[in-house]
Parts: sequence; structure tokens; C-alpha cells
Amino acid sequence: MPNNKQKRFQLLQGNEACVEGAIAAGMRFYSGYPITPSTEIAERSALRLPQVGGKFVQMEDEIAGIAAALGASVAGTKSMTATSGPGFSLKQENIGYATIAEIPIVIVDVMRSGPSTGLPTSPSQGDVMQAKWGTHGDHPVIAICPSSVQDTYNQTVRAFNLSERFRTPVILLMDEIVGHMREGCELIPTEELEIHNRNTNMINSMPYAFGEGQYVPHMTSFGDGHLYNITGLFHDEAGFPTNDNEIAGEENSRIMEKIKVYKYSGILEYEEQQMEDADIGIVCYGGTTRAVEGAIEKARDMGYNVGMFRPITLWPFPEHELIERAKQLKRLIVVEHNYGQVLLTVQGIIKGDTKVEFIGKVNGTTITPDEIVRNIEEGEE
Amino acid sequence: MPSKLVEETMRTRRLPHIWCPGCGHGILMRDVCQAISNLGLPQEEVTIVSGIGCSSRAAGYMNYNTLHTTHGRAIAFATGIKMAKPEMHVIVITGDGDATAIGGNHLIHAARRNIDLTVVVFNNSIYGMTGGQYSPTTPTGEKGTTAPYGNIDGDFDIPKLSEAAGATFTGRGDCFHVPQMVKLIEDGIKHHGFSVIEGVSICPTYYGRKNKKGSAVQMMHWQEDNCIDIKKAAKMEPKDLEGKIILGEMHKDASRPEYCDEYDKIIKKAGGDK
Amino acid sequence: MAKEQLRFTGSGGQGVILGTIIIAEAAFLDGKQVAQSQSYGPEARGGMCKAETIIDDKKITYTKVELPSLLLSLTQVSFDKYVKKIAPDTVIVVDEEINVPERLYAKHEVLKLPIIKSANEVIKNKMAANIISVGAVNEALQIASVKSLEEAVVNHIPKGTEEMNKKAMHLGAQLVKDARK
Repeated sequence: MPNNKQKRFQLLQGNEACVEGAIAAGMRFYSGYPITPSTEIAERSALRLPQVGGKFVQMEDEIAGIAAALGASVAGTKSMTATSGPGFSLKQENIGYATIAEIPIVIVDVMRSGPSTGLPTSPSQGDVMQAKWGTHGDHPVIAICPSSVQDTYNQTVRAFNLSERFRTPVILLMDEIVGHMREGCELIPTEELEIHNRNTNMINSMPYAFGEGQYVPHMTSFGDGHLYNITGLFHDEAGFPTNDNEIAGEENSRIMEKIKVYKYSGILEYEEQQMEDADIGIVCYGGTTRAVEGAIEKARDMGYNVGMFRPITLWPFPEHELIERAKQLKRLIVVEHNYGQVLLTVQGIIKGDTKVEFIGKVNGTTITPDEIVRNIEEGEE
Repeated sequence: MPSKLVEETMRTRRLPHIWCPGCGHGILMRDVCQAISNLGLPQEEVTIVSGIGCSSRAAGYMNYNTLHTTHGRAIAFATGIKMAKPEMHVIVITGDGDATAIGGNHLIHAARRNIDLTVVVFNNSIYGMTGGQYSPTTPTGEKGTTAPYGNIDGDFDIPKLSEAAGATFTGRGDCFHVPQMVKLIEDGIKHHGFSVIEGVSICPTYYGRKNKKGSAVQMMHWQEDNCIDIKKAAKMEPKDLEGKIILGEMHKDASRPEYCDEYDKIIKKAGGDK
Repeated sequence: MAKEQLRFTGSGGQGVILGTIIIAEAAFLDGKQVAQSQSYGPEARGGMCKAETIIDDKKITYTKVELPSLLLSLTQVSFDKYVKKIAPDTVIVVDEEINVPERLYAKHEVLKLPIIKSANEVIKNKMAANIISVGAVNEALQIASVKSLEEAVVNHIPKGTEEMNKKAMHLGAQLVKDARK
């Protein structure tokens, strides 16, 4: 019955490609709770993980889903959990825990229409700001947004790598469009991928000590000989709770700085299409990218110089890159399936003569290329 | 001078602990260390997982792999650790609110899976860390800061709740009868399945004061007089057992398969063991 | 090959989504670029269901059908809804029980086929309607090789039903050939 040999080229759903990418990156533990439209990630993990000696467990709720994955990660196993809108809300507290305790984990959120139960089977990109600010307190975040099935495979691998390198939760922010569509996908085998594993070479037997000029601690896994403490309280280098304001301040700053400092060491990734001669730029990410690509084809045929700027890493945002590019643009149109979340960031950074515009849709249907083209035309009249 | 046990099993530089004078939790924490020590388990093969609350501060003082998690979630974190490293002895230290209110769902589902965790519930019948609110084990009629007119909720019997959900080892000890509590924890750790041991603690600061239970010493004497061994209780009249707390091993079933063992069979079925 | 945009509509449980997956996989096996997607409500069975496959030689940008090159409908209610959004030259493939307005025959190739009846009476399994449809659509637009289509069908059906489903697929193609005579 087991057919563990995977064909290199397969027609896969985005959600399925996510699991294959995760396994290629070294995921050997998945825990989660079923929720549309992310459920296929749980289903394929349940099927595939035992085939590679890994483990899957369906937990009793969303919170347990992330908690068990964090437990497995503490024991040294690369772990993932996946969810959608309502479940993402429920996972927030433990995302903060992973941030402060510096436990690597990949959290997938396949966005759907909300708030609340919303339109469970329909696309949306309404969790963009929740990915950034969802858990309480100041914290940094890495959120990555794939736009095709192949991109999902590749970016899931990258999500694991970043999580391991920087000991931080990484949010793979998918949407229903990408999660549920099927496209051809190349399952690049592990041997051909660049794989990063966490550094477990503990400094002075201190779990939260880090080297000169560095920001990431080197913790061993539980069971590997060093006895130490992990807590969600502010802690000292030894991992013990402290109320010392100086230590608390330093630690909080280090965790914030860690993502800033390494932003250009592999965290940031973005894509541009036809921007060289563009005077109209479109900012998009995830599922809307495909409609924008379609719109650019049509608009270019009509004589408009339109290009695309796609943040692949949504948080931290490629601010400087967009600011530089915007200098040549008279119009910058943000296209997203919400009321304007990335728009807020773009409005905050783009000053000067470039006019920032917005196309959003929140009724559960996708934005079409024609709608974008119409908007381009109307702005030129 | 700390005792040999404390020297060996606790992080003495972290002591004294933050618990109030007279709190029962220090005794229960020591009982857990004593049980692990009696069984001769190497410290690096033991993980203590705790949630949030007074009880859960124990993990930080104990010299093992220790994980102080979020409120209510210790058992869920422990599930991940156990599945990732089944050879590890994973012990959860939790409180009555942590285990049976905010974390109640995790308790019953871990019991249902029969995963080999040992859960020790430090039950002080109150939310101590937040200042004395009534909990799921505050007896009906008693007071807390959020039950100023008396608690109208029913209270959980933790071993019964756990047994009904599928736990294959349950028992109850207290702070006064130390050898019995140590033995129960030892047996829980040895049991290959999900074990829940309630440790009836005392909270003189909040529960005791709110409900006029007297000093810490008086509360300990109350346990001495009113916590009855299950074998002795079996010979007593029901009316004589009113208001008493029964101690001892309540339930043991070695016949049910353990979760990690069952998952290994899945891996074999899927061909992942090669 | 020009870009093909297929839209399959029907009722949940008829295998409409699977139909688009099979045809996408067949084209994929032939080396084509494909994108398959679906939209559906909360009902696993009985609700209106729409599934789409786009096939092209070059990279597919927008992954949803804008105007279909082919519309397949297995229920009247889904036909009535989606026939409003077709191109001037959309090929219409429907079950013979569906009422198609006369005016559509002027511009469109309309293939009214006994899909459900053939599933019940020839294949003797009402679940075969979607595989008959797949065979019919592939014949109508000549999308994938018969070999790849067979392989894709076999990849997605329960073991032990291979012969029945291959028969259904070839029957679908034959229905189109007969209709075009």
C-alpha cells in the first residue's frame, strides 16, 4: 500500500505543495486542527509524514495544534502547524510564546474571508495585519506570501530555513486562491535544496547566550544533555525568569533587532515584473498576483507602461526597495483582497508625487484582470 | 543547608522560591523530585512541562529539561515533546485552574489518547497567582474574590474526571502524607500510559484566609485529620466520609495501548520505518 | 495550442471538480501548463458547484476562467447561471435533459449529450457521469492525448474500477463523435 516514492513533477494543490516543501525542508512533526481552507495541509501531512518516519497528530483544538508543534520543536524536530482565519486568531498567544522563547516553528495561515466564520470557502487576504500584530506585545515577525503552487513549495522550504536560522516563528501567509488551486509543481528533492538547521552549539552552557555581534542564541534540544529552562517570561541568558528591567529591555530589543539586522541576510525577498520602463506600478502579493499578471499583459497591449512589485516577504516589508522604485512612478496601485492592509504600509512610506491608489475586494470573489485594467484606464482619463 | 535531594534535583541558586510562606506547593515539588530520584532516572531524560500559575513556577526550580509554557497548554506542549522523543520521561506540573479550566480540553484529550505523560496537578482550590479567584475545584459554597457570596459552581473531582476521559492511571495525594504522594508519583511515572495524580495543596494566603481555614499549620493538620486513605475509607460509613478527601491510587488499567507505541505501528504501515 | 478555458458546473457530488482535475492532469502529463481551481459552498453534496481548468502552452497568469472556451453543465440550475457568462464562441456541452435556449444554437456549437442516461444505462453507475463528461470535453476540444487522459483517469478513481472508468471515458468521446456526425 505505501507508495513513498514521489514523482518529481506533479499536479498539486498549493496546500499539498506546502506539505511536500515542508517535508523536503525536514519537517518531521505536524500538529493541527481541521479548518477550511487549510485542511488539505493536515490531510497530506497525516498521509506523508509516517512515510518518512515523521509524526502527525490531530489535536483537540487550534491552540493545542501550535502548542504540540512547539513541544516537538523544543525536542529538536522541525515542526509545522496550519490553520485559517479563526484558527489563526486562536494561535496568536503561542506565536508570541515562540517569539520570546525563540523556538523555531512554521505556522501556515491559509487566509479566508472574515471576520469570524465569514465565508469559509472563499478567498481573502484579511489576515495581513494580524500576521504582523496578532499576538500581544511588541514583537518582530517574518511572514511570507507565495503566489503559485511552485512558489508555495519553494517558500515553505525557505520558511523552515528562516525559522531555524533565526529561531523565530515564520508565518507562511497563503490564501484560498493559492491553497486550493492546482498547478504543475517540481518537487525539488532535499539533496538539491539549501537546507538550514538550527545552531545547537550552546555558548557557555547558556541557552540564551549569543556570540559577539550576533543576535541568535544557540540552544540544544531537550534531551541532548544540557539542562536548562525555557519560559515565556522575560528571562536571562540562562533562561530563568527575571524582573530586572535592564535585562528585560535588552532581551526585548535583541529579539526585535534580530529580524531587522538579518533582513538582508535572506529574510527579505521580493519580485519585480516589467518595472524597468513602468510609470504605473502595482503592488500585490499571494493570490492577487495572478490577476495582476493577467492585467499587465492586457494593459501593456493597450499601451500602458505597467509593472508589478510583489513582496514575497510581506513582513518585514521591502520598504526601501519600494520607495526607490516609486521614484519613477506616477501611480502606484495596491491590489489586495481586503479593505486596504498593505495599503496602510505603502501609504506610510510613499511620499512625494507618486499617487497611491487601491483596488480591494471583500465579497468572496476574486479580483479579475479586467477590473484592474479598468482601474488603470480610468486613472489615465 | 539544603538537603542532598534538593542539592541534586533543584536549581539551588534559583531558591528561595516565590511561593508564600506556608504554601503547599514546595512540598509537592519536592515530592516530584523525590519520586524521580527514587526511580533513578537520569536528569537529562526527564522533562518537566508546566503551564501558568503558582504551581507552574515549579519547573524553573527543578534541575531537568524544563519548559514553562502558556496558561493551560502544558499538556499540549508535552504531547509534542513526548511524540518527538518517546524515550523522554515527560512530567507535567500544573494547577487546578491550569489543568481543568483553561486547559481542561487538553487534559481530557490527552487522557483519551493515553499518551505516556505523568500529570501532577497541584490543587490549591483557588487562582493564587491572580489573587484568590474561585477555580473549578473550589468546593461549592466556599468563597473567592470573584465569589464574594459563595461559589455556586460545582467542583471537579480530578481523578474521576481523568478516569472518565480515559486516563489509565489516576490517584490523589496531599501535602501532609508525603510518602504516599511520592509513591503515587513514582507509580504514575512507571505506568506506561496517561497518568494523572492530584496533589491536594494548601493556600493559606488566599483560599485559607477567604474561607477561615486558619493558619498554614492548621490547614496541614486539617489534611492530617481529613484526608483518608482509600483502603481505610472503604471500611467507613458514607456519613463518616462526608467532607473528607480520599487519597490513594484510584484507577489503573495497563491493558490499553499507549499512543506513541500505536503511532510507531502507523509508521510501519506507511513504510516510514525503513 | 491556443489557451483553453474550461468551466464545469453542476451539483456537489457529481464529480465536477474531479472532472477538471483529471483533464488538467492529462494536459499536464502532455507537457502543457495548467491551472485548476474550484468554488463551492459549505455543502459537500447537492450545492451548486463550479470548477475550472485553464490549459496553455505558455505560462498561465490569471488562474481563473474569464470567458470559457467550453462550458459543461450537468444541471439546469447551474447551466442557467453560468450560460450568462460565456464568450461568443464558447462550446456548450450539456446533459440532454437540459433546456438550451434556441438562440444559442446560432453562434455556439451545442453538444447535448445523454451523459447521465449513459452513465445509468450503459456504464450502470451514475457516478460515471463525470468521467463520460471528461471524455466528451477532451474529444470536443482535443486537449490531451487519449493515453494521458487514460492515465489521469486511472490516477483518480478507486482501484478495481479502472476498466469501467476507461469505458466511460471512451463512451464520452464517442457521444461527441456521434453528435457531430
